[in-house]
Amino acid sequence: MLGYALLAGLVFGLYFGLVGLGLNLVFGVMRIVNLAHGDFLMLGAFGAFWLFGIAHVNPIVTAFLALPVFIALGFPLYYLVVPRLLRAKDPEMLSIILFFGMSQVIEALATIGFGPSERSIPGRVLGSGPVSLFGQSLPSAWMVSGVASGLAVLGVYLYLYRTRLGYLTRAVMVHREEALATGIDVHKVSAIAFGVGLALAAIAGVFAPFMLGSATPAMGVDLNIQSFAVIVVGSLGNPLGTVLGGIVYGVSLMFMQTYFSSWANLLPYLLLILILLVRPSGLLGRQVRLA
Amino acid sequence: MPRALRHALLVVLPVTLAAALLPFVYSNQLLLFNFVVFLTLAQGVNVIYGFTGYLPFGYVGFFGAGAYGFSLSVIHLHMAPLAALGVGALAAILLGLLLTPLLRLSGAYFAIANLAAALAVYQVVSNPNLTEITKGPYGISLSGVYQPQLSYGVAVAIMAATLGLAVYLRNSRFGLALQAIREDAISAAMAGVNVVRARTLAWLLSALVAGLIGGVFAWYVSVFYPDTVFSPDFSIFAIVFALFGGVATVTGPVLGVLILYGIYNAIGISTPQYFQLIYGLLIMGLVLFLPNGLASLFRRRGIDVP
Repeated sequence: MLGYALLAGLVFGLYFGLVGLGLNLVFGVMRIVNLAHGDFLMLGAFGAFWLFGIAHVNPIVTAFLALPVFIALGFPLYYLVVPRLLRAKDPEMLSIILFFGMSQVIEALATIGFGPSERSIPGRVLGSGPVSLFGQSLPSAWMVSGVASGLAVLGVYLYLYRTRLGYLTRAVMVHREEALATGIDVHKVSAIAFGVGLALAAIAGVFAPFMLGSATPAMGVDLNIQSFAVIVVGSLGNPLGTVLGGIVYGVSLMFMQTYFSSWANLLPYLLLILILLVRPSGLLGRQVRLA
Repeated sequence: MPRALRHALLVVLPVTLAAALLPFVYSNQLLLFNFVVFLTLAQGVNVIYGFTGYLPFGYVGFFGAGAYGFSLSVIHLHMAPLAALGVGALAAILLGLLLTPLLRLSGAYFAIANLAAALAVYQVVSNPNLTEITKGPYGISLSGVYQPQLSYGVAVAIMAATLGLAVYLRNSRFGLALQAIREDAISAAMAGVNVVRARTLAWLLSALVAGLIGGVFAWYVSVFYPDTVFSPDFSIFAIVFALFGGVATVTGPVLGVLILYGIYNAIGISTPQYFQLIYGLLIMGLVLFLPNGLASLFRRRGIDVP
């Protein structure tokens, strides 16, 4: 039991790290809260479902397709709303309301397009039979999703720490005005980061039918809370801290489900409140308390 | 004529009279009741968000606490409805007290933590393990105390009191102190405002408002499920209505409810997804082009909006 909870927790932790990663990247670079994050995840899930339905496209292929598609989607979306938002008096607060509006639009369009019912993809698409690891057996769809999440996180690490664009992105994260004064095209760098953030959400969404059971147009709200729990535990504004947050979240979720299953739904909320009150800065120090 | 009295005569009196008299000429009392509920909730959001600057994304937690405080004291203690309403209000205030540490967080952090808190309360109330006490996910039935006329009247009274509270905040030193905290808590403290006391008081007042109207909601509908009274729609609608009209005014939230909830009832019931689409686009446009609400259109022309 213990070994199973630990191992499944790690696999889910990697996945939840990916779920929160895009949200944290957007927050880190632009200091705005993308409350529509969960809805982009939902779009990824429905994209995978739709492509699988019409042409039996393997979800792993869909995950690769999601990257360019959602970066391309993020670009116009960024220029449409973010520069105007950042000029407002309190962009952080207003962004919550703005992106809530956007999430409503996406949810409505998805309901109009796909109908409100639950969708799922059979798990055997990602390999058949359970996989044995350290004497525990896990469904292979979980393993594939966990490995894919790990690879996506690695990709983000390479993007941020091994490319010139990532160097500029980190400069914008540290200080937006100073980056602008240095001559960095802040809007272009931010727009790319925004697109990557959406694409990460969509990739996480592609695997959502396997990890979370099914997908509905209204799944976004719950996923937002889980993403917030993950990134707050890690640390707001530090994308790679998210992975740690994801693993803490995944392992504690599995322990709750194993030992106190009926109260497991409470976990993300309590974890979120607790961390915000006790150690609001996560790993990376940023002042969030005022008085 | 003092400003507060003028505001009361211009806004509170007509709205209250309309709410009290319309049931005699219009038969859909449930619709009118929902308007009264949202007029109250939007003003409650106005107190803590409009005046004090904390965005209560989990405001529905107080509404649900009020509804369950009322229902459980009727079911288990066989209280009279009006006394049970007091228990509902008390439940909301206790939840508010429990959540006061959240006020230390600023901006988005407060909003997210508050949302998580409301969802946590919902998870506890609807947990099947607590069916003995809260009826769990199976819902509440209060047919024994069903009194639509009386409960409607009480709801109108609560709404009038809440509007009165908004008039008071709009025209008093306390309201001014709250707005100073919203603009800059440290400067407000320097100017002699007791920041912690003022914001806690505003928080508990808005919790009280939501708890009272939540209790009356339970009384009026008398059959409901936990996801009815903890629906995040209550928080979101109340916030958007208040924001649309313009916060930190008395008129703004009233206008927001009348216009947006009016549209909702015209098209939202039959085709919810199209309403959701329009509503989402409206919110986005609002934040981008009119972040201070409809009231700012008049203010820009130098008109004093009550």
